[in-house]
Amino acid sequence: MKFGSILGPVLASTLMAVPAFAEELTIGLASEPTAIDPHFHNLGPNNAMSRHIFDRLILQNERQQLEPGLAVSWKPVDDLTWEFKLRRGVKFHDGSDFDADDVVCTWDRAPNVPNSPSSFGTYTKGKTVEKIDDHTVHFKSAAPYPLMANDVSTITIVSDEGGCGGTTAEFNDGTAAVGTGPFKFVDYTPGDSIVVERNDDYWGERPIWSKVTFKPIKSGPARVAALLAGDVDMIAAVPTADVATLSRNDRVSLSQGVSNRVIYLHLDHARADSPYVKANGGGPIDNPLRKLEVRRAISMAINRDAIVDRVMEGVAIKAGQLLPDGFFGVSDNLAPVEYDPDGARKLLAQAGYPDGFELTIHGPNDRYINDAKVAEAIGQMLTRVGIKTAVETMPRSVYFGRASRGGPNDTPEFSFILVGWGAGSGEASSPLKSLIATHAPDKGWGASNRGRYSNPRFDALLERALSTVDADRRDRLLAEATELAIGDVAIIPTHYQVSTWGARKGLKYAARTDEFTLAIGVSKE
Amino acid sequence: MTAFVIRRLMQAVLVVFLMSLIVFFGVNVIGDPVDMLISPDADQSEIERTIRALGLDRPIGEQYLYFLKGVASGDFGNSFIFGEPALKLILQHMPATVELALVSLIMAVILGIPLGFIAGLHPERRLSRGIMAASILGFSLPTFWVGLMLIMLFAVTLGWLPSTGRGDTAVFLGVESSLWTRDGLGHIFLPALNLALTNISLVIRLTRAGVRETMHQDYIKFARAKGLPESRVVGVHLMKNILIPIVTVLGLEFGGLLAFSVVTETIFAWPGMGKLLIDSLLQLDRPVVVAYLMIIVLFFVIINLVVDILYSALDPRVRLGDRDA
Repeated sequence: MKFGSILGPVLASTLMAVPAFAEELTIGLASEPTAIDPHFHNLGPNNAMSRHIFDRLILQNERQQLEPGLAVSWKPVDDLTWEFKLRRGVKFHDGSDFDADDVVCTWDRAPNVPNSPSSFGTYTKGKTVEKIDDHTVHFKSAAPYPLMANDVSTITIVSDEGGCGGTTAEFNDGTAAVGTGPFKFVDYTPGDSIVVERNDDYWGERPIWSKVTFKPIKSGPARVAALLAGDVDMIAAVPTADVATLSRNDRVSLSQGVSNRVIYLHLDHARADSPYVKANGGGPIDNPLRKLEVRRAISMAINRDAIVDRVMEGVAIKAGQLLPDGFFGVSDNLAPVEYDPDGARKLLAQAGYPDGFELTIHGPNDRYINDAKVAEAIGQMLTRVGIKTAVETMPRSVYFGRASRGGPNDTPEFSFILVGWGAGSGEASSPLKSLIATHAPDKGWGASNRGRYSNPRFDALLERALSTVDADRRDRLLAEATELAIGDVAIIPTHYQVSTWGARKGLKYAARTDEFTLAIGVSKE
Repeated sequence: MTAFVIRRLMQAVLVVFLMSLIVFFGVNVIGDPVDMLISPDADQSEIERTIRALGLDRPIGEQYLYFLKGVASGDFGNSFIFGEPALKLILQHMPATVELALVSLIMAVILGIPLGFIAGLHPERRLSRGIMAASILGFSLPTFWVGLMLIMLFAVTLGWLPSTGRGDTAVFLGVESSLWTRDGLGHIFLPALNLALTNISLVIRLTRAGVRETMHQDYIKFARAKGLPESRVVGVHLMKNILIPIVTVLGLEFGGLLAFSVVTETIFAWPGMGKLLIDSLLQLDRPVVVAYLMIIVLFFVIINLVVDILYSALDPRVRLGDRDA
């Protein structure tokens, strides 16, 4: 940046040329959607992109709270039925009317897209939709299901005229990409750009941008350079290493917000002989991670402040549970565990390991922000209290398969891992059900419980929460379940990620907990 | 000649087949694509469904036979990630890479040959030493670093050129390319230069070596003795004779540029095949990786065949055929 001072005026003049086109917006994305078809791939970048061209019955706002979208209201009419009143007078981009038929055929299409790498069946399963009249639908489930509204908020509504019968290819070339959303489809060139233009007849707040171009730029430094060069107006996922420099740059404005993603450690709760836990010197040992004192000691040995300040360069928040404050179902009684190396040593001695033991921590090196560095820091911190910890990180393409199914009989391979979890539903049952509930394939619970934690009391509590339709009571039950899990150190949360968007001066972004980058969230200051 | 070509083509089929075997089994050893595709929210039954839908529940041998059956009918399988035919994806990304490789090759020629001549004709001058030093840097500096520096200098600091992506395209003579628009040329300059740096250095060194060697040949002395002007001696007699190795090397390099411009395409977010390959590798999109590498093998086999045939056309002393034939 040494040239900056000499050539500042040149740069200022190039940047000043920009406001003339200010109605147009170019956004540099860190990850590219794999299709325009909103039901093709249930994946963050795709779900974010579909919010531009399409709508949902219920929209998640910046904090993932539910707000009316194409539905104006929803309520349970009995234990098994939810009634949704649909918005009147909404038109698709082709001029056709939005009504209950669109909802019914969407619900049918969403889980059944051919070749879908990850379908929306996760959310539609076990639920049926029934048209009552043109602007009323009933969603039904076989058992009481309080998360109906959360699940409905994940499904993008397409038109029964072109959309429901459309193939993924027809969505990608635009012929079927007809939604009710704030923007209309213009062009999609895979790997290069996605272009949308304003829908002037939008039922909600009209976007200020007449045309928006999304450019996938995967490399972090290149994304920052594109912003500094003025090639894009905003970028997603500013690398933490650049946050400090950019915050001092008066041509750039940063927008930050905590995400719904917690970074945590999973420990082997199940195996007596865990492959990556060894006695000092490398001999076999009865898995110490199954002792509560040891798990507590590990949590106390981790200096969360150091992780946040040094490794994450201040761009993170230390974690004491599965979701940050303010989300549905979090506990008010849980604070991040304090760093206490002496206490940790004492607990280890009490548990019968005064000299510690040997452990290997496994983690990905290209999945979460600074993931490998965090794993290294944790390795050092544990070694300091006597648990001699080796660190092994690998690309996520290799890591997740081994972490989930790498052992014999498709069991998890590792003993002690660093992972993250983003709560897509925006409330606490998502991580509780996937990470901490007993691994039960028939029930769909514990799908990512890679420590195979199992606690009947916890399962019963979660079961109760998930069948309680009353929101306040469910909130309390989820908080109680979280307290039980954290008290038993089922997992060890370290920090919540903070996402950073960078924009040219004069623009700001309403940071979102779901890490989505939406053009409607970009405003002029 | 015909027998030679047929024989070579049959060898090519064998090479491609062996390659498919190596690559197919190779990529199947790495990682698990299911975890790369599936939403973390998915439960076990959804994960099972995806595994079955991708055919990953079958034994690897069976997967390979199924793949071979598809290839026989021109179907390389569907991309796991995009759900579209792998071959279509690769062809979609090919024009961007071809134009990048072409421009970078042209840069290598128009910058490398004159600079090489200067360095070869006047080896003792300071300028020549500067050129040679720069060519060492061109060889040894890593492309990803040079790419970022080019962006910092020309895009961020000077603001002359765009830093990322491919520019507007236009259709000219039936070919859609970004080379036909000003915007497109602006976008291609930096990535092409970055890609060309190694080859510019290579051409400089080859040219210089060629000039230094040829200068002392009898026919050059004779031309001088005849009283031909220096420009004709250098421009015709010298030039003609040093071009042969340069053309050979550049031909081979062109294949490399097409196949492996991965780093440059990633840094400049150039929507070409290299970026497709690296994205597919990172996300374990196995069908695309396999199809890509098979196509590249085919590419090299064809280039080599064409080079051999051209040789016999250019130099009558070279006769195609097997020694025993």
